Order: sequence, then C-alpha cells, then structure tokens
Amino acid sequence: MNPTTEAATRRAIRRQAASVTGAVAPFALVFGAAASRASLSLIEAMGFSLFVFGGSSQFAAVEVLGDGGSVGAAAAAGLLLNVRSLAFGMIMAPVLTGALWQRALMSQVMIDESTAVATANTDPALRRYGYLAAGISVFVVWNVMTVIGFVAFSDADDLITDLGLDVAGPATFLALLWPRLADRRQLVTAVSGAAIALALVPFAPPGVPVLASMLGVAMARLVAEPEATS
Amino acid sequence: MSDATIVLVVLASGTYALKSAAPLVLGRRELPGAVRTMIDLLPAALLASLAIVSVLADGRSLVVDARLVGLIAAGFALWRRAPFVVVIIVASMVTALTRLVVG
Repeated sequence: MNPTTEAATRRAIRRQAASVTGAVAPFALVFGAAASRASLSLIEAMGFSLFVFGGSSQFAAVEVLGDGGSVGAAAAAGLLLNVRSLAFGMIMAPVLTGALWQRALMSQVMIDESTAVATANTDPALRRYGYLAAGISVFVVWNVMTVIGFVAFSDADDLITDLGLDVAGPATFLALLWPRLADRRQLVTAVSGAAIALALVPFAPPGVPVLASMLGVAMARLVAEPEATS
Repeated sequence: MSDATIVLVVLASGTYALKSAAPLVLGRRELPGAVRTMIDLLPAALLASLAIVSVLADGRSLVVDARLVGLIAAGFALWRRAPFVVVIIVASMVTALTRLVVG
C-alpha cells in the first residue's frame, strides 16, 4: 500500500473510532445512573467501567443486583454476556502481538466496538490500529461518562421515576438486542429466551430466570441453518 | 465487602480471562462451529430476557405497569431506526406520561 493511501485509511479508521465512541457515550451515562439507582458506591461504579469494561455485562450485573438477585446470579449473567469476548480474542490474537505486558494491556479493550472497527480492514497493521484507536477512545469516554452519569443522578430516585428514566435500563437492553433481530435464529433465540425467563419468574429466585433464558439458544436449532455461516 | 464489590471482582476477573485467553494463551486457534454458533446466539437470549424481566418482574410476581408501555415505545423508536439517545428519551417520556395519566 502506498503511503498516501495508508494515511487516508488511517484517517478513515480514526473517524470510525470517533463515531463508535460517540455512539456508546450515552450508554455509559445511563450505566452510571443505573449503578447509582442500584445503590452502588461511586468507586464500585467506576470499578465496573474500568475493570469489567463490557457495556451489556455491566448493565446486566447491576440490573440483577438491583432486582434483588444473588451475587452469583448477577456475576453469572454478566459473565455469560462476555463469553463472546473469547471469540473476539480468537479473531484479534494474530494482530495483537508484542511482549506479554503489551498483549495483557491490549486485551482489556476487547469489546464489540474495537473488534468491529478492526475487522473493517484486512491489513494486519491497520487491524491493530483500528482495534487500539476504537478500544482506547471508547475506554476513556466510557469511564468519564460513567462518573458523570453516577454523579448527576445520585440521590435522585424520585426524579428518575418522575422522568420515567427507570425504563432506561430495559430500553438499553432492547437497543443492544435490536440489530441481532434481523437474523431469524437470533430472533427465535431472543423470543424463546424471554419466554423461558418470564415463565420462571414466579417460581425461581430473582436472577435465575435471566440465566435460564440461555436455554433459548437450543430453540434456534429448530430454525434451518443458514447456508453461509456468519 | 458489599455484594456489588464481590460481583465486581468476580465479573472483572472472569471477563478479563475471556478477553485475554486468545491473545495471551491460545493464540490463533479456531473454535468448533457449534461453539461459535452458541457464543453468537447467547447474548440474544440474555438481552431479551433482561429487557422483559426487568420491566415485568417485581420479586416473584409479574406486574404490568407504565414501564411496559415505555419499553414498547422504545421498540417502536428502534423500528423507526432512531438513534440510541432518542430511543431512551422516547421510552422515558412515554413511561412518565403513562404514569401521569394512569396515576
């Protein structure tokens, strides 16, 4: 690749990184607010964004805790949502090379956004550049917005209910789910998972119905395999 | 340690293990197709149940309230391809209005 094209491609990658960062910023704001509503301390909320750093799993854990779920159920719900990081790691490992400490550090920003921006290119150097550009910028903004969300909405329980902001958590889950529903097997999985969870609410302790929803994955087998594996 | 701190420690270590497994240990190995499919589908089941359970469940009973209306509004906004911020604003406003009307 000649230098001019490469510089242009890197500029395009930085734009993509900026755009995904802008897209996730409000999620972090809502997470900060949700954490404060679930009676976490500011330090705990910051800990989730710094050390877990996985949007949907942070929400899931905090939501299950807030609904009265056990520690085990909250941690398991969050962990199951992050199993896909293992697959991202397999995709990214060939370009995330370097000393052990470098690979260890780079692994922390392994999220949907960094993997997506990286895989938009095929060149290994550009993949790595995209991964780091998106990963680091999302990491910084995600953590700043978590603090702002927490501080702005702490001790505002009545205000949150009056403004209907208590629906922000569930609406966030729906927004994260939405792009998947275009695929029939994802749709069948989502609907069966939701049905299984709802059916169990009266019988199981809080948090368990959400975990049981993963049986919905088995229902996807009833739908014909697509010709091309995605 | 509070419950939230324990969840934080367990979830952070587990998540980091999942993130770093391939770059640190496994290298460029492939997962079997069936496992890949399962990993790909898992979030759909969990996100759907989280959305609906957090709206309808109150302990062990199912309660229909303004938040269900708000969640349906969020679904409508998503169907109209609204950006995330708009989805949250629409869902919140509809929830708040439903509370005002129904009381």
